[in-house]
Parts: sequence; C-alpha cells; structure tokens
Amino acid sequence: MAGSVKHKFSKRQSVSRRGAEEPPLVKWILIFIGVSFAMVFLLLPLLSVFVSAFSAGLGYFIEALTTHDSRSAISLTLLIALITVPLNVIFGLAASWAIAKFEFRGKAFLITLIDLPFAISPVVSGLVFILLFGLQGYFGQWLDDHDIKIVFAAPGMVLATLFVTFPFVARELIPIMQAGGREQEEAALTLGASPWQMIWYVTLPSIKWGLLYGVILCNARAMGEFGAVSVLSGHIRGETETMSLRVQSLYEDGGTSETAAFAIAALLALLALFTLIFKTYVEWKSARNHLIAEHSEISKHLSEPAS
Amino acid sequence: MGYTLVYLSAMILIPIAGLFLKSFHISWHEFIRLITDPRAIAAYRLTTLASLLSALINAVFGTLLAWILVRYEFFGKRFLDALVDFPFALPTAVGGLTIASLFSPHGWLGQFLVPLGIKGSYTPLAVVIALTFVGLPFAVRTLQPVLETLEVDVEEVAATLGSSRLRTFLQIIAPTLFPTILTGFALSFARAVGEYGSVAFVSGNYPYRTEIVPSLIVYQLEQHNYEAATAIAAVLMVVSFIILAGINWLETWTRRFNQ
Repeated sequence: MAGSVKHKFSKRQSVSRRGAEEPPLVKWILIFIGVSFAMVFLLLPLLSVFVSAFSAGLGYFIEALTTHDSRSAISLTLLIALITVPLNVIFGLAASWAIAKFEFRGKAFLITLIDLPFAISPVVSGLVFILLFGLQGYFGQWLDDHDIKIVFAAPGMVLATLFVTFPFVARELIPIMQAGGREQEEAALTLGASPWQMIWYVTLPSIKWGLLYGVILCNARAMGEFGAVSVLSGHIRGETETMSLRVQSLYEDGGTSETAAFAIAALLALLALFTLIFKTYVEWKSARNHLIAEHSEISKHLSEPAS
Repeated sequence: MGYTLVYLSAMILIPIAGLFLKSFHISWHEFIRLITDPRAIAAYRLTTLASLLSALINAVFGTLLAWILVRYEFFGKRFLDALVDFPFALPTAVGGLTIASLFSPHGWLGQFLVPLGIKGSYTPLAVVIALTFVGLPFAVRTLQPVLETLEVDVEEVAATLGSSRLRTFLQIIAPTLFPTILTGFALSFARAVGEYGSVAFVSGNYPYRTEIVPSLIVYQLEQHNYEAATAIAAVLMVVSFIILAGINWLETWTRRFNQ
C-alpha cells in the first residue's frame, strides 16, 4: 500500500515538471485533431439521430412510435431483453463462480469458450441456429412434427440474443471473483453461515458493481442486437420485428417512413445514452469505493506502528 | 455446479459444432466451389481491406484520443471520455442509419463532401467509415489503462539527458506502447470483420462492389442457398478463430512485455 501512495505522489509532482511534456502548440494541435475526429465520428451521429427524429415535429415522432407495428417491435424488444438478461446473469454468475473459485480440468478452454460469441460474426451466430432448428437442420423435422416454431419466430430470436450476449456478465465477473479469493467466504462458512447467507452477505456485495456493469452492457446489446436477430426473424412486420429491425424496414421504405425510422432509432440512442451515463456512474462509484477502501487501509497501516 | 458448466458449454459448443458438421455434409469439391465463387472472393477482399483500413485509422486516432485523454487537461474531457464508448453502446442499426444519413448527398456532411467527389454512402468508403465507427472504442480503451500506468520518470530522465521530446516519444514511449496499440488494432479489426448491422445500412450491398462477407451470407440465406451460406460462414468462423487466437497471443505477449 505504501508503495502505491509513493507512486501517486511522484506522479502528481512530475506532471508539472518540464521536459516530460510536449510544447503547448503541439499539445493543442493534438487536442484539436482528437476532438475534431470525435466530433465527426461520435458527436455528430448522436446529434443527427435526435434532430432527424424530430424533423417532422413532436406529433409525428409520437405517432411513429405508437403505430401498431412500432408498438409490437418495442414490446418484442423488451420481451427479448427480459428473458435473456436474467438468464445470462444466472449463467454468468455460475460460470465465473466456477472459474474463479475452483480448479478443474479444461478451465482455460471454458474461458475461451465464454469469449467465443464475441469473436463470431453476429450473422454466423444467427445462422448456426437455423442450421440446428431450421427445416433442413438437425432438429428441424422433429420440431415441425411437433408443431414447435423456433426459426423465423420469437423463440429463435431469443436464443440468438442469448448466444451473442452470453459473455458480457461472465467477463465482468471473472476478474473480480478471482481477485476476491476464497478466504472471506470460507470464513463466513466456518462462522456458521449457510451457503445462501454466504452468497447473499459475502459474495454478492463484493461483486455488486461488476455485476451491475455486466448487466447494463448485456441489456444494451440484447435490446440493440441486429445481425443475429435479423437472420432468425423472418421479418414479419408487427410480429417478429425488434426495434433494430423496424429501423431497417422503415428506412428501406424511404420517404416519410425514414423519419419514423429515426424516431425508433432515437429511442434506441436514448437507451445507449442511458447505458453510457449508468456506466460512467458505476465506474465513478466503484473507483470511489476503491479509493475509500485504500484510504482506510492506509490509515490502518499508518496507525499500526504507533499502537 | 458441474451440471451448469456442461450446460453452458453445450449452449455455445453445440451451435458451433453444428455449423462445421453441416459443412462436412457438403462434398469437398462443392465446398471449394462455393467458397471460391467470384462473388465470395470479392466479398472477402472488401471485408479484409476495409477492416484493415478501418483498424489502421482507429489505431492512429485511437492512440491520439487515448493520449489526450490521459495526458492533457482540457474543457469537455470527461464528456469526450464517456463519448468514446458511444459506438459500443449504440445498436449497430442506429449507427448505420445515422452514418448513412450524414454522408448522403443531402446529409450534414454529404452536402459538402459529395460535391468534392467524396461519396460516403453506397461505396466501399462508406463501409470503411461504418467499420471505423464501430471499432473505435476498442482501440482507445485498450491503450488507455496502459498509458495511465506509464511511468513519466523515464521520460524525465530522457529529457534531463538532453533528449528532445520528439526523440523521447519515438524512442521510448512509442516502442513501449506498440504491443498494446497492436492489440487494440487487432481487436478493432476482429470487430470489423464480423460487423453486419451498420454496414447493411451504408453499403447498399452491391455484389462485387460493396458487399461484405456477412452481407453475402445473409443474401445466400434469403435465397435459400443454405449450403453456400454455411460454407462461407464456416470460412468466416475459421478466420474469426484465427484472429481470436492471434489476439490471445498478442495479449500474453503484451503482458510479458509490460512487466
């Protein structure tokens, strides 16, 4: 701990020192280029969504969001997120728990496996489910005989979303759980806590912020997924369209529908903004908690020799 | 617990294994014919070139952004820092829609750029722009933490010993950051290779010209050419695995390098 304090001091002092900084002109040119790039690539798209969405007035904006097809797209999107996020929280907790707290064969393989959905193109992720459950697929005939519809219907879209959002929670939790170690939990058990009490009072509080972080990222992706869901949707308006897909079909209609596409897009952009704000808040909060923890550790360290 | 793990593996492994099993059903000869179809070759070419170019742009500007965010103080810095994650949080369809409208002949940027001959919609350039947009956070966020822990002392020593700032940057800072920048480049490239949503809006999906590999797979599926879609998807997946292995190797190397 003492080492890290010293490091912080030396860093703060050195910032003002000459020699390790660029000339002011270079500095401001770099800032100018960086900020301009960010304006064009980040801020302009964000602004244009909202400006275009309201270009035909607030009335049209509301109208575009409340048509039958739009309402159905919004509720399907919410439904998909409502199913996939809790399931991935459970999977993510189980997987990261197993990886962090136990030793077993094939652990490295399991970690790679969790990352796989990130590496695969969303389109391919969608396609694999068609190959499994489509009419030509392995289970297609059986499903058809039993009149179960997965492909080109909501269940397939849920499955594909589950697949592509799988890594988010687990990836956030694994490093935190690994850093936490097993001592505290073992202590809780020896002191007579039941396994559930241990999870509720010891494990969950320590991973709270990481878990929240994973959940918001998972939710953002679940609601916004396009490629995988597009492949499995069948594109039936008012039935198997999510908000992202509705944006596309309205955009392709052209004309005034384009403004309606922007209205839905604005709603999704709002979700992204909410995600960003929440993410920044969680980062700030966990950084502050970290600082407080560090601080109390330091004061403990300082008071020890005296006592 | 063991049961959960088996279940998890199944959830990921079975679909992937299904794809490869299905592609083994296609005869070898047919498989080769499907994946070397001229239209597919054109799509591989565009995907590779556009992804490389966008990853390169992101490596350059991502490094610049990470640098100014870590080293300088300026108005709006925290806002910019939060904004970097915007493409990651934004649904790709919305990203594609906005880029398409910004660069269209009547769009905010297009009205100035199109008369200059820069067409940012329905062209290969549009594909590069969309891929740059989605890949940017990966380049910045990979470098940022490493840059934060970089010891300024070494730079000061170099300055005391009479090294110019440019020389310090080129001979001390750049070589130290290089492996991390390369990792950011690779992550951004990996994202670009698989990207579909945003490109579907901006490219117009013209065969041989602006069609990327994921768009071609979707096209083949829509035409019910399941064999062609499966074969090309198998190629894309193998490429993704190779890139993933490359990134893992790069990360291990970087970690050893930074210690």
